[in-house]
Amino acid sequence: MLHQHHPLVGREIAVNTAVPLVIRPAADTARFSLRIDPAELAKASEVFGLQLPAKIGGLSRSAEKRAVCLGPDEWYLTAPLTEQAAVEGAFAELYAEVIHSLVDVGHREVGIEIEGSDSVLALQSAVPFDVGAMPVGSGCRTIFDRAQIILLRETQHRFHIEVWRSFADHVWGILQAAGREIELGI
Amino acid sequence: MLLIRCPYCEAERPELEFTYAGEAHIARPAEPSKLTDEQWRDYLFIRSNPRGIHFERWRHQHGCARFFNAVRDTVTDKFVMTYKAGLPRPSLSELENARS
Ligand SMILES: [Zn+2]
Repeated sequence: MLHQHHPLVGREIAVNTAVPLVIRPAADTARFSLRIDPAELAKASEVFGLQLPAKIGGLSRSAEKRAVCLGPDEWYLTAPLTEQAAVEGAFAELYAEVIHSLVDVGHREVGIEIEGSDSVLALQSAVPFDVGAMPVGSGCRTIFDRAQIILLRETQHRFHIEVWRSFADHVWGILQAAGREIELGI
Repeated sequence: MLLIRCPYCEAERPELEFTYAGEAHIARPAEPSKLTDEQWRDYLFIRSNPRGIHFERWRHQHGCARFFNAVRDTVTDKFVMTYKAGLPRPSLSELENARS
């Protein structure tokens, strides 16, 4: 099954400093790439059951779902695996009314959670912009040491990375090295 | 790190997220088959290559993924301004404003 091929399953980078830093694979979710006319955003939000952010970089979250606006007409959606069919079905119904594209990219990416007060420091080792200045509740596509990722800042001290699974080991390795350096205080 | 302002993201983003895509405002001929070989060669390969202000296309590939246009000074390598794809060349006074 999919989970057996998840490259990061069962791994965790725990850094034992006074202020903890924990990096772990996120639980698997359904993931979609949505392209739709921004004028129809209200309808898409209703169908998905979560208000989609209108501005690039915007991130909205509920207990189970996430939506981040990556481009002028592009959104990245995540939902529980149990809701995958429901989301697909609801958008398929919308298609009769509003033309759009909803692509299942669930098997393409894996999630990594980075939590702790040193998370900015750990990410800054490989992210080319000022991670500390990234607003809480925002997300964007960017580069992590040459691998393309989607970086979300969910709270002040919790980040989430979505990365193509073939790059996941590379990103993990860099985070491991950064975590080790933080642990040793170098 | 060179920062480039993306007109779609409305934010300064690191150069690593961008790719260069050649000179801007070069329209593809409507009917290529009516062109002479010399005209087609000019369209494909002959570029202005100025010293100073250069209008060029960039793509925010690892961000919003959009193509846009930029004005860059080829002497200083500094970006004067960026604007959305499809918009006309900025006027001289707009460039002066962007520089000051
Ligand atoms: Zn952009």
